[in-house]
Parts: sequence; structure tokens; C-alpha cells
Amino acid sequence: MVELTLPKNSRITTGKTWPKPEGATNVRKVSIYRWNPDDGKNPQVDTYFIDMDTCGPMVLDALIKIKNEIDPTLTFRRSCREGICGSCAMNIDGINTLACIYGLDEIKGDIKIYPLPHMPVVKDLIPDLTHFYAQHASIMPWLETKTNRPAKEWKQSIEDRKKLDGLYECVMCASCSTSCPSYWWNGDRYLGPAALLHAYRWIIDSRDEATGERLDDLEDPFKLYRCHTIMNCAKTCPKGLNPAKAIAEIKKMMVERVV
Amino acid sequence: MAYLTDRKRATGMGSAKTGTAHHWSMTVSSVGLLVLVPLFIFTFGRVLGSSYEEVLAYYSRPFPAIVAALTLVVGMMHFKNGVRVLIEDYVHGAAREVLIIAMICLSYAAAATGLFAIAKIAL
Repeated sequence: MVELTLPKNSRITTGKTWPKPEGATNVRKVSIYRWNPDDGKNPQVDTYFIDMDTCGPMVLDALIKIKNEIDPTLTFRRSCREGICGSCAMNIDGINTLACIYGLDEIKGDIKIYPLPHMPVVKDLIPDLTHFYAQHASIMPWLETKTNRPAKEWKQSIEDRKKLDGLYECVMCASCSTSCPSYWWNGDRYLGPAALLHAYRWIIDSRDEATGERLDDLEDPFKLYRCHTIMNCAKTCPKGLNPAKAIAEIKKMMVERVV
Repeated sequence: MAYLTDRKRATGMGSAKTGTAHHWSMTVSSVGLLVLVPLFIFTFGRVLGSSYEEVLAYYSRPFPAIVAALTLVVGMMHFKNGVRVLIEDYVHGAAREVLIIAMICLSYAAAATGLFAIAKIAL
């Protein structure tokens, strides 16, 4: 049965409130989910105060400032700082997004930061994405061909290349999948919006010769048809992509094969 | 606890090679109900508040009786398929199978009862 409440050891408690920076006039409050697998305690929300006059404009800047200047134990993933690597995906102000491209000025009131929802937490703001990545691998995210390799490159028309726009840009940050209620309840079997968007990216690729096999692999009440067009994925995608549309296109192709 | 690789967990038992038929039947019944429900409301609404004899006479005519019967049958088939998705979404384990069986029985029973009532009035 669906779990509508958190297990006892996952219930969030009030954590430590760190002192305000001395002499600062432009201060904002930041509440951050903390959980350490080594101390045996429940997760808690720590409160920090940051001096906005000495902080960069993005949420990731605030996190880095906290880690550098207030609490070095704060743990989060980050790498590129420009929305390309997808490492810093987290739930900010109730929205799954990338901390590096989400502006602090977009948040009204206090800043609340949690890890991506409904995923096992490794530590603090780091979710365990092992299953998410394995699901991505299972859709064979590479070009599958049977024809002998051409002497030069596999050719593609400009029109066919354009079909990949809005698909290839996905950075696998998992914001969409972890915002999807269907993925929350049946994530063990439902592939989720990110993996399905990537699946469609290869299905629609004019050079790929495994279209039938790819559709065969997806034809499943759980792998594909758990998508109920809730559209949280499209709403939350920090890259502005529309996984729900890609899934609808896969369903259309499935119907085309039988009707 | 089982020592499975991440890929094995993600692949599970593989594709069931089904799902499109269910999706298509939901689409067809949705389109059917889009036509049937307004027709049913229109025909049923005409005799709403009428006397027993007038309703009997009205539903003895083929069009309102067939519209009512089709709305009931298509509606219950749509219900059966829709609630199945709902159960699959929210219920896990053995309870899932039990509830799906119960829901199928309920749908067919409701459709049969309704059809019997319409036939009794119409014939």
C-alpha cells in the first residue's frame, strides 16, 4: 500500500539554529534538511542566516557560502555551476530544480532546501540515484544499428535532427522523476519521465534501427503506462523540457503499431 | 535483502508486452462516453419528474433504452479499466490482485443489474 506518512526514523525534527552573521544588515534565513547516516538520529532541519551582501545570486552560492563559512559538514553534490551536469538537483522552495541556476531572488521569504523527494538519502542533500541511473541504462541510451557501419558518419537530415531538440538537452538531474507521484508509488517498476524522455530520444532518432525492440521493451503496464499525464515533470524541469509530451508520443507510436 | 545488480533490479522481469490494448480501450471508451453521456442526460432529463406510466412508455421506445443501456455498459467497462489503474497505482502486494478481481466482479454485476432493469422496463 502507498505510504502516506514517513517511517518513524525518517520523521523530520527541528535542528540546530546557527547564529546570525555579525554586523550584517541584509540577512536571509535558510532552512536545510540534514541527515547523517552515522549518528543514528532522525533527519533534522538546521537554520542558517546568510549575509546577502557577500553572497552570490544563486541558491548554490548560498549553499557553498554556508559550507565555507558556517558549517563545513553540510553535504551536497555540485560540479559545473551552470546547469549542465545536473549534480545539484534538490528541492528548493518546494520545487525540484538545480541549485546552480535557481536564483535566490526567485524565492519569497525564507529559503527551504530539501533533497529530491521520495528517494533514499545518502547524506544531507544527496539522494541515492542508483536505481534511477540503472533505469536509464536499461533503455539502451545509445545508437543501435544493424546495417554495416558507413565509411564516414551516419547521415541525418536537418529535419530529422530537429526532432531531437527538446530531448537531447536532458542532463539527468532526476528533478522530473522525483516530482512524479507515479514514480513515488511505483518507482521500482515505472521507468519515470527522465528515462522515458531518453527512450523517446532514441526511438525518434532517424539513424537508430532498434525502434521496434525499443517499443517492445517499453510495452508494459508499469514501465510506460504508469504515466497519467500529471505534468509535474514538465512543470519542474529546470531545463524547460517536456517529458510528458515525449511519453505521450511513445504511447501514440504504441497505438500506431496495433490500430 | 537480495544481492542483485542495479541493472537487474531496474530490468526486473522485463516487459509484459501488454498495456497498449488497455490504453487503447480506455481511449475508445472515453470517446464513446463523450457522445453517450450527453445523450443519456438529454434523454433521461426529458422524463425526469414524469409519472411512472410516462417513464415506462418513454423507455419502451428503442432510442432512449438503447442509449441508457450503452451508457451503462460502456461506463462500467470504462470504470473497470480505470479503477484497475487506480488499484495498480496505490495498492501493492497480494491485496492488489484481490481488489482487481473484486472490482471486475463489481463492474460486471453493476452492468448486468442495470441491463436487466432497462430490459424489464423496455420490453
